[in-house]
Amino acid sequence: MFEILSHYGISLLIGQYPQGPLGGIALTLLMSIAALLLAFPVAIGIALARMSPIAALRRSSAIYVYFVRGVPLLLLIFWAYFMLPLVTGFNAPASVTVVCALVIYEGAYLGESIRGALAALPVGQVEAARSLGLGYWSTLRRVVLPQALYNCLPSIMNQFILIVKNTSLAYIIGAHEATFSANQINAQLLTRPFEVYMILAAIYFAICFSLSRLSHGIERRIAAKRSGHVTAIPSAEPHIASVTS
Amino acid sequence: MIEFTHVRKWYGHYQALDDVTERVGQGEVVVVCGPSGSGKSTLIRTINRLEAIQAGTITVDGTDVNNRQINVNKLRSRIGFVFQQFNLFPHLSVQENIALAPVNVLHRDRREASSRALELLDKVGLAHKAQAYPAQLSGGQQQRVAIARALAMDPPVMLFDEPTSALDPEMVGEVLQVMKQLAKDGMTMVCVTHEMGFAREVADRVWFMADGQVLERADPTSFFQSPVHPRAQKFVADIRSP
Repeated sequence: MFEILSHYGISLLIGQYPQGPLGGIALTLLMSIAALLLAFPVAIGIALARMSPIAALRRSSAIYVYFVRGVPLLLLIFWAYFMLPLVTGFNAPASVTVVCALVIYEGAYLGESIRGALAALPVGQVEAARSLGLGYWSTLRRVVLPQALYNCLPSIMNQFILIVKNTSLAYIIGAHEATFSANQINAQLLTRPFEVYMILAAIYFAICFSLSRLSHGIERRIAAKRSGHVTAIPSAEPHIASVTS
Repeated sequence: MIEFTHVRKWYGHYQALDDVTERVGQGEVVVVCGPSGSGKSTLIRTINRLEAIQAGTITVDGTDVNNRQINVNKLRSRIGFVFQQFNLFPHLSVQENIALAPVNVLHRDRREASSRALELLDKVGLAHKAQAYPAQLSGGQQQRVAIARALAMDPPVMLFDEPTSALDPEMVGEVLQVMKQLAKDGMTMVCVTHEMGFAREVADRVWFMADGQVLERADPTSFFQSPVHPRAQKFVADIRSP
């Protein structure tokens, strides 16, 4: 395994760069970050539209969510692959195509998570903010979103991790990301698929595990701040045991 | 200051307010009481348009509350509202809770708003809790912060919707104390409350509500000693001997 890493480590890390296009883990990370950063505001927009007082917004966002949820991600990627050049008039690189498909896909799922958190917030929070004279957007920005997003941090993180793993589907339309690199290495070695794919699995695991730890750390920090224990950090897990006993 | 003229409200087929015509004068303290489900909370929530009405008019300081042309945020910023469940913002410290609206609505300087928040906290006896978060406070302390938060907007009117009903008995006094001080300072107040001691001591008038109507309005002494309407008589008898 170390032998594979020492031979092909660089191509696994950055693909053929700088001789060819950037690829490997670097591209996987770039695609993930781009998809995360774009899907997040889209999801907030979808969640708000789904709860909007304007019926047309509510209806069109519901159609979007139902449609996206009813179609496999791979199909969305194919569609983006064939449609994007027709619509925009230029050939987008495979990685951009996949990011677009991921944003559309995760916008729906992440949006529903956020909508759940918005709906779960006590109505008194909004009433208190509005009674003080805060408008719709100030209430959203200062009172509603900070609480709702914190409350759905675990499911946001779930979706973020799915985004990272789903970038591997880009391999199918020829983006040279980590899965593509691993496949190439496997094709050259021919006899050692187990090791090659083990390394690939370890790479995805490492990225996703760090994301999990990051979210756990954020949760703990916020929980500690709100309960006033700045130094002694309590567990962020809900204390169900202590409530029922 | 506040005028109700033939106000009617329905929730579907259920009539919550039935032809309410009342007025609250400048500096007056009105206590609204009555059995549960009589429309007290609904009435007080119509004053800052948390609840819409279907007929009649409500004016605050001459402004028609339900006029679609008015800026409802500006109207609300001039009406302090204190909730039964406090509704402090759990993600903000006590001081941030109080300074939030002055900074974001009145566009006050952040530092100025923070020091004003401290003054108000001092007024409600909680200056030492400025950096605490709501979850670290008792119910009584939270409600006093909520009062300070409403006062930070310098409203000419304060509305209290059962401010002590969610409190443990030993914390009721500290909240009433703050409210009494406000009344003495000349604040115009409408309080939905079951605290009859408070009503006796500081109210200028008591409104008795049942079935969405204000059945009786009287000064507290005569209301508690000789209620006129049969429903009011029963109510006063019930709270005397629970």
